[in-house]
Amino acid sequence: MYKAIVTINFKKSILDPQGSTVLKALKSLGYKDVEDVRVGKHMEILIDSPNLETALEQLKEMCAKLLANPVIEDYQVDVAEVKS
Amino acid sequence: MKFGVVVFPGSNCDADCYHVIDKVLGEPVEYLWHGHDDLKNIDCIILPGGFSYGDYLRTGAIARFSPVMDKVIEFGKNGGLILGICNGFQILTESGLLPGALIRNPSLRFQCYNTNLLVENVNTPFTNAYTPKQIIQIPIAHGEGSFVADPQTLERLEKEEQIVFRYCNAAGETTPEANPNGSLHNIAGIINDKGNILGMMPHPERCAEDILGSVDGQHLFKSLVNWFQQGGGRR
Repeated sequence: MYKAIVTINFKKSILDPQGSTVLKALKSLGYKDVEDVRVGKHMEILIDSPNLETALEQLKEMCAKLLANPVIEDYQVDVAEVKS
Repeated sequence: MKFGVVVFPGSNCDADCYHVIDKVLGEPVEYLWHGHDDLKNIDCIILPGGFSYGDYLRTGAIARFSPVMDKVIEFGKNGGLILGICNGFQILTESGLLPGALIRNPSLRFQCYNTNLLVENVNTPFTNAYTPKQIIQIPIAHGEGSFVADPQTLERLEKEEQIVFRYCNAAGETTPEANPNGSLHNIAGIINDKGNILGMMPHPERCAEDILGSVDGQHLFKSLVNWFQQGGGRR
């Protein structure tokens, strides 16, 4: 069994209104050093693949097809084996 | 001219669209359930507004993989007429039938009011009943209607006259103040390169009868019927 952490963020060129709002809130709380905030998505996926390569291949396919929209988002996949 | 209104779980403007086709235009119309893949020999597909699949993941992302959508995509690629309104527009961009994407309004607010639109292209099956540069009023109701696309795509949309509606003020000026959602180039609606698929965030079905205070949206539906009756090609 493998566990994947899929992280999806807006591309740098895309305005992230949630991030800007959170940034303003942090500044108003006194965290003056905060430079930027980007709000993304974090997904944990369990997948019972025969090996790590297959798991990674399938997860990347899932990201390209459904989990992320390549027009506006970038994704990152981290996979590790876990005990079933 | 036979219309089909697709119904996804979470669609909520399907009955409004059905009503306009049936009672205002007097044309035949059928609902197309998302789980079926039978288009029932229709001539035009409407993807209505709403919150298909609860807007989970991204607006339109899951609806795009409904069984009916394979047929809708095939229909569109073969030149069939498709009108996507609001959530329907989001589904069209997610399915790749229209370029770009629709993201959260910069205000983070659900914007729900009448907007002025400039009709930029009247040589389409969807807008031939309007006059060039006509200013019309059509309501919006969305939280994620900010149109984005890369600079090359925007340039192509401008050059090929694929931007059909732009948000404007009462004088027809496409100012930033008249833009309710931060859409690039004040885009409210675009058409595909072949001219048979239109996506728009404003709701023409909500202003298609005198009793609703305006018939500005009715002309969009009438345009489709005109176009169909004339057996016309594109542009």
